[in-house]
Amino acid sequence: MIDELNLTMVNWARAQFALTAMYHWLFVPLTLGLSFLLAFFETLYVKTGKEEWKRITKFWMMLFAINFAIGVATGIILEFQFGTNWSNYSWMVGDIFGAPLAAEGIFAFFLEASFFAVMLFGWERVSKKTHLFATWMVAIGSNLSALWILVANAWMQHPVGMAFNPDKARFEMQNFWEVLLSPVAISKFTHATTSSFQLASLFVVGISAWFLLKKRHQDMARKSIIVASVFGLLSSAFVGFSGDEAAFENARNQPMKLAAFEGLYDGEASAGLVAAGIINAKKKPGDNQNPFLFEVKMPGLLSLLANREPGSFVPGINDLVYGNKEHNIMAVDKKIARGKIAIELLSQYKTAQKEKNEPRAKIALANFKKYEKYLGFGYLTSPEEAVPPVALTFYSFHIMVILGTLFPLIFLMFLFYAYRGTIDRKTWLLRLGLFSVPLAYVASQAGWVVAEVGRQPWTIQNLLPVSVARSNLTTGTVQTTFFLFLVLFTILLFAEIRIMLKQIQIGPDFSGMPEDD
Amino acid sequence: MKKLIVRIVSFYVAGFRRMRLGRTLWAIILIKLLIIFGVLKLFFFPDYLHDNFTTDMERADHVSANLTQIPTQKQDRRLP
Repeated sequence: MIDELNLTMVNWARAQFALTAMYHWLFVPLTLGLSFLLAFFETLYVKTGKEEWKRITKFWMMLFAINFAIGVATGIILEFQFGTNWSNYSWMVGDIFGAPLAAEGIFAFFLEASFFAVMLFGWERVSKKTHLFATWMVAIGSNLSALWILVANAWMQHPVGMAFNPDKARFEMQNFWEVLLSPVAISKFTHATTSSFQLASLFVVGISAWFLLKKRHQDMARKSIIVASVFGLLSSAFVGFSGDEAAFENARNQPMKLAAFEGLYDGEASAGLVAAGIINAKKKPGDNQNPFLFEVKMPGLLSLLANREPGSFVPGINDLVYGNKEHNIMAVDKKIARGKIAIELLSQYKTAQKEKNEPRAKIALANFKKYEKYLGFGYLTSPEEAVPPVALTFYSFHIMVILGTLFPLIFLMFLFYAYRGTIDRKTWLLRLGLFSVPLAYVASQAGWVVAEVGRQPWTIQNLLPVSVARSNLTTGTVQTTFFLFLVLFTILLFAEIRIMLKQIQIGPDFSGMPEDD
Repeated sequence: MKKLIVRIVSFYVAGFRRMRLGRTLWAIILIKLLIIFGVLKLFFFPDYLHDNFTTDMERADHVSANLTQIPTQKQDRRLP
């Protein structure tokens, strides 16, 4: 069975990393977004002096703490996997990732750990303003610590500011600022954080809607809905802009990913954006089959998205794999041939070094530099291997976009009926709000599937395929840890959902003050 | 610095003690950390390069050896 599915060590290691990363990302977006909502609620408390805002803040803070407690350290497991399953990659990027991850550690410790304690437990022990400051610092610190890991991921999508050192077999940082401020890093950070704000806003709206449906804590629910919907709506605008920027950067740096998430096989001018469609699962690069069983396209929009020009040419998968002379696109088989020369020259350089033959080493190195940028392609076994899984990338992208378009409409409707004072009676909207909570998680996870699956077969775009990034381990070793994680994560996930639901059932402690109008 | 760390820890201890869910959360955090560091890291996630090689030079040579292996090429899948 395992052989039939071709689940080799690399695929098991991929599956394990995907499982861990997706599990980790269940907790992160809520932390990033809810931390700012807590800051808004508490600012309202400090500004107005009304105790009800304090109770509201405390209620959402309790849910924030549960999410934080269950999610803490889940990201560490990803780092374990680097050392065990992806040791070649880990070695090669150590110099690049060292600085951002160290910065993340410093921010995480000093900002989150210290201010987090004051925010959660310091209500009666520090002044109002100090407490508010701590809450804002947790929000800013959490988002800043996310910056560094997103910068590291952006570098894998678009490696800049570095040079390959053949002596150490490592990519070494040449320019920290180029890594930090690369357009891909900026769009990745803004898109990941603002979509997290959107998710957290839906979380607050959804739970508040449940309270309204149950006719409990209605005043708190109405107030929470207004604050979260305004934040969610503003965030949605930024999600749209940053998503557009991410697609534009994809067209520049990862055109294969863009072609895959649009199911575009044959490039065209005035390319249309697929609004909805069903992919033909039998379609392969280079064949004559229709890529879609059904599709609805919006003319010219893909060209506009990719190049900011509605009439411009967008290359498809076939253009990128087999080349397109008219548009000056080199075929992958030519890149593979050059990559093999790069590997051979690297081998000659290493041999010459061992033999202490300096003149030969110098010549080999100089020639290697000419072919270095194709090195990664030398490890591909066929041109078609450069194509990521099209259907998974396509559906994930479209689920993300459709849901991402729906969410601002939900926020708008909540604000509209809250303004009219009839929100309590709109049962259909309250149910939609509640149902939008799992949808927000689906959209958030789908975004990462587009980013990571769309980058395949590369660990580092065009430089290091997953087949070389791995460790020399047996499949059985990785299978064992995969199933261990599956069991552990499932237990933890159930624990979180159970504790979270129990706390929501209990609700805020409003004893001693009038709860509703 | 030591005082600051002690104060932060005392904030956590006192705070969690006062929370209704404090004990459950503490238990989950501790069990999880024990599993992650005491079981997974110790028995299932060795650092491959650290454990199999003693110097950075050896590690670099091992990675270089992997980088200088050319894979076998598959047939062109395109239809004629």
